[in-house]
This record gives sequence, C-alpha cells and structure tokens, in this order.
Amino acid sequence: MSSTVTPPTSRRWPIVADDQYDGSRIPSRVPTVLDVPAALRDSEDVLQVNFGPNHPSTHGVLRLIVDLHGEEVVGVSAVIGYLHTGFEKSMESKTYWKGVTFPERIDYVGYQNNGLVYVLAVEQLLELEVPTKATWMRMLLCELNRIHSHLVFLGTSALELGAISMFWYCFREREMLLDLSELVTGQRMHTRYFQVGGLAEDIPRGFFPECRKFVDWMPHALDDYKGILDRNEIWLERTQGVGVLSARDAIALGQSGPTLRASGVDWDLRRDQPYLHYDQVDFQVPVYPAGDVYARYRVRLDEMAESTKIVRQCLDKLERMDGMPWIADDRKVVLPPREELHTSMESLIHHFKLVTEGFRVPEGEIYVAVESPRGESGCYLVSDGGPKPWRIHFRAPSFVALEATATCLENTLVADLIAVVGSLDAVMGDTDR
Amino acid sequence: MTEWQRLPGYVSHRDGPEMPTVTVETERIREACEHARDELGFDVCVDLVATDYLGWGGKGVSGYIGTASGRDLMHPMTQGLQTLPELKPKRFSISYHLLALRQGAPRARLRCWVDEGERVPSVISVWPTCDWHEREQYDLMGIVFDGHPNLERLLMPEDWEGHPLRKDYPIGGEPVRFTDEE
Repeated sequence: MSSTVTPPTSRRWPIVADDQYDGSRIPSRVPTVLDVPAALRDSEDVLQVNFGPNHPSTHGVLRLIVDLHGEEVVGVSAVIGYLHTGFEKSMESKTYWKGVTFPERIDYVGYQNNGLVYVLAVEQLLELEVPTKATWMRMLLCELNRIHSHLVFLGTSALELGAISMFWYCFREREMLLDLSELVTGQRMHTRYFQVGGLAEDIPRGFFPECRKFVDWMPHALDDYKGILDRNEIWLERTQGVGVLSARDAIALGQSGPTLRASGVDWDLRRDQPYLHYDQVDFQVPVYPAGDVYARYRVRLDEMAESTKIVRQCLDKLERMDGMPWIADDRKVVLPPREELHTSMESLIHHFKLVTEGFRVPEGEIYVAVESPRGESGCYLVSDGGPKPWRIHFRAPSFVALEATATCLENTLVADLIAVVGSLDAVMGDTDR
Repeated sequence: MTEWQRLPGYVSHRDGPEMPTVTVETERIREACEHARDELGFDVCVDLVATDYLGWGGKGVSGYIGTASGRDLMHPMTQGLQTLPELKPKRFSISYHLLALRQGAPRARLRCWVDEGERVPSVISVWPTCDWHEREQYDLMGIVFDGHPNLERLLMPEDWEGHPLRKDYPIGGEPVRFTDEE
C-alpha cells in the first residue's frame, strides 16, 4: 500500500488524488441501482439472490437484491426501510426538551455525535450561550464516541472477513469506553447527557483519572490491531483494490466522513468548518488516496489515534475547570438546580413550566452539521415559535453512504460484497430513521 | 447585483445565521442547481428536505422565550401577546442544502415552493446523490419529482397509503390489523 499523495490536479484544493479509475462508475440509469448488462439479461446464467435483510453481515436490516453471474456481481439494488421508526414524525409531537432522547437512538453507535447535532441546532435558534466547560466535555465525549464507533466498525468488519480475534480485541476496548460512559453519564449508551444549554450533570470526580488510563492505553491497543491486521496476508488480499470509489464519484454521490477521506478528498468538518472548540486543538486529518476497502479501514484506524490525541487535550483543559458551570444559567430554557426547588417559588414555577410546557424557540429555520464518526451528520430544524419543532429532519451519513453500494460493487465478486458493505459502515438506524 | 441574482429563475434571497436561503422558481430548480454547481462551485448537495406548512400560523404563538440575557419583556412573543409566524407562499417548501468543498466551507440553501399536486424537476442529473433523497421526500411527504427514473417508496412499505410526514397525517393513524371490525 503506497501512502504517497499525488499533487492536486484540480482547481479545488481538497481533492488530493482522483486517479483511482478513469471516468465515472456511477450507474447511468439510476445512480443507486446496478443494472444487469443487456447481454446477460436474458441468459439463464444470472441468479438473483436476496442478501439480507436478516443477514449477520448487513449490520442490521439492509437488504441487497444481488444478481450473480457465477461468482461475479452483475447487478445490485439496495432496499432499505426495515428499521424505519418515524423519528422525525414523533419528534414533531414532543417538546424540544423531550426530543433530546430521540437523536441518540437514530445513529445508535455514534449516539453522542447525533445527540450533539440536535442540541446545537436548538441552541443556535435560541441564540443560547453554552459554558466553555460543557463545550470541552462535549468534545471529549464525542471523540470517545468516535473511537467507540470505529471500534464497532473494525471489530465487526474484521469478523465478517474471518478475523474473529479482532472482534474480541475491539470489544475489549469498547467495554472500557462504555464503562467510562457509565461513570460520567450513568448510562452505557444513549446517555441523554447533552442537554440544550450544556450538560445534564457536573463531571464526576473520578472521571479524569479513569479517562487518562484509557487514553494512555489506547495507542497500545491500536498497535495490537495493526499487528493483527496490517501484515495479515488474507486481510490485505480481501481489502486492497476492492470496492474502489473515486474522489469525483464520491463527491457526486454526496459521500462524507471516512468514506470521502479514503477516496482522497481532504475534508473534515472538524477542521474545515470548526464547531465546539475544534479550532483550539491540534489534530491531523488522515487521508488515503486509494478509495478501496483497505483505505477506509486505514482512515478509521488513524482517526482513532487522532481522537485519542484530542481527548488528551480536552482532559488537559477540563482538569483545570473544576467548579465552573456546566450548563447555561437561563431559567427560561434550563431546569433550575434541584436544591432550589424546596426554597424558591420562582424556581418551582420555572421547573413546572419547563417540564409540562417546554421552552419556546423563536421562529426560524436552521441547518447544523457536525462530523460524526460516519460523516456529515446534519439537523434541519424549523420552528414556528412554539414549544415543539414544526419540522425536524436529520441528514443521515449512513443513508448517503449506502447510495454508493452500486458504484463500489462494479466488477466485484460476491465475497467482496461483504467487505464493501462493511467498509461503508452504515448503521441501519441512521439510514432508516 | 449579487452572485445569487444570476441564478436561473431567481426570486429572492435572505441571509441566515448559518447560510443564505435563495428562493428560485420551481420549474427552473434544475437549471439553478446546475448553475450553483458549475459556476458557484457547490460540489455537494448534502441534503434535500421538504417541509409541510399546512396550518402554519393557524394559531397564534404566545408565551415567553428565553434569550441569553434572560426574559425579554418587549419581545412580541412574550407572554400575553400573540404573534403569527410569517406566512408562506405555498404549502410545501423544498430545500436543497449545498456545500462547497473549499476554504471556509460555504453553504447555501436553494429553496422552491410547491402546492399539492404540483411537480418539481428532479436534480439527479446534477447530483446523483439526490436519488434517495428525492425518493424519501416522495415517500414521506408526497412530493412528485419529474424526471426521476425510479420514483418509488423508499422507507415505507410499497403498498403504504398516504405520506406520513404531512401535517394532515395523524400520529397513530395507521390501520390496526386483526381487530374485531376487520
């Protein structure tokens, strides 16, 4: 695997390599459906197979209708919607305050990042200022969550290609992350820790040393992973040159996140459109030019190392913020402190109003995007000035990633299909919403 | 004359906190998207979303709202005074959220308006990624995109009736199977 980067040939700077293949491989009739070639269509040799929706390597309930000619994939069409739960419709009938629980369940692996995009959207419409301690803690948890998500990706995709030990190693570190999450938020997943205005609770005392232990350990774990996979002949054979997506096709298909960066596009919202305090931390954006499954694996592996670096910088800041506020002091939006309810009538009224009626958000619309582990996760919010969202829509990176399956699967074998679908790292809750 | 006024079918534009919203004529949305991609450098259409404004402003919104500086007594939405949100030209808005992959990450929102029964030109030929986005909005909101090669339901079952994200589609409105009435 060469990691040499060719100089940009285009007028736009983020594309560092676009020579993966000539022209475009996006199917011409429907961009997301690979049609069986006319010559093969009427022959008896093409076999149509249903891959999923109940198949362990579809990461949930993805169904692919695959046309096989021998072992070759000659046609593919993705069917989604098996996990459609109507989150957007449900959220329209819940107050903003209650809505916080929903986004974390949309992308149930990258839950902190999805929770973040929702509270950021509401805060921006409210023009609410968030204490700096909460912002740093949000960053820390989002980066831990990114590691968590990439560990799940790495463990499961390696498992699907036969590297079962990888799964145990990845889930060993994932367990540490879930314990950390439990320590700070009380929940292992779907924490509801990010509130509109800041954090639900102050950071507990014992969190920092435990988190330090984790960031000290993580580089060793990453070395373990590299030791298992990176010189493994079978892993390299199964991933290199498989499921190639060129930079231009990736952009045309709206790809984002690791999939885009593995196709040689140097683009990361954390660096290019900084939110939270990402402009105050030092990290690199890994970019690989090959556009294949191996490149997507390497991008995620390197991102885990970078996330560990960011977590360490967040810890340095947070350890000096003891005693600072963790949530905005705006009684029209934020619940009053518990102890005040017994002594202050005003606080009791605020508490009652907020819980029963919710807070009102000024009329307007907003689109907020963050770099979730899977790419650009966006939240589009329309408010009519009432306590419930008029319309809320989530831009799901997994949804967009799966649009690339047909393009990636051109000229592949059926065994590669598993590797390719795994490498796009789609979470079906995110896809179907 | 701003760069937006050169968009084919330009109607109006308004700056927002995160990106400008540019309204264009519905019939020329495809041309406008092509112009935005080729002339203005918006490489990616990150999202396409339709909003149903049925009943928008039907009842006044009153109550207090929080601001960074506390309660604003003079704000028109402060308790007691009723305000109506700004009325919309048609029932459905369709927003195309665009992103340019260059320094500063400029974004823009192209916007067109349709009423029930009107059609929108498909922009798949400009951005292939809109394939599923358009199918999703057709499925959940009932917007018909002209020229889409495969406009079928995406998230709901093929034989589903109605479009769930419309405001006149009730929550819990799906038929309950195997009841006594059946």
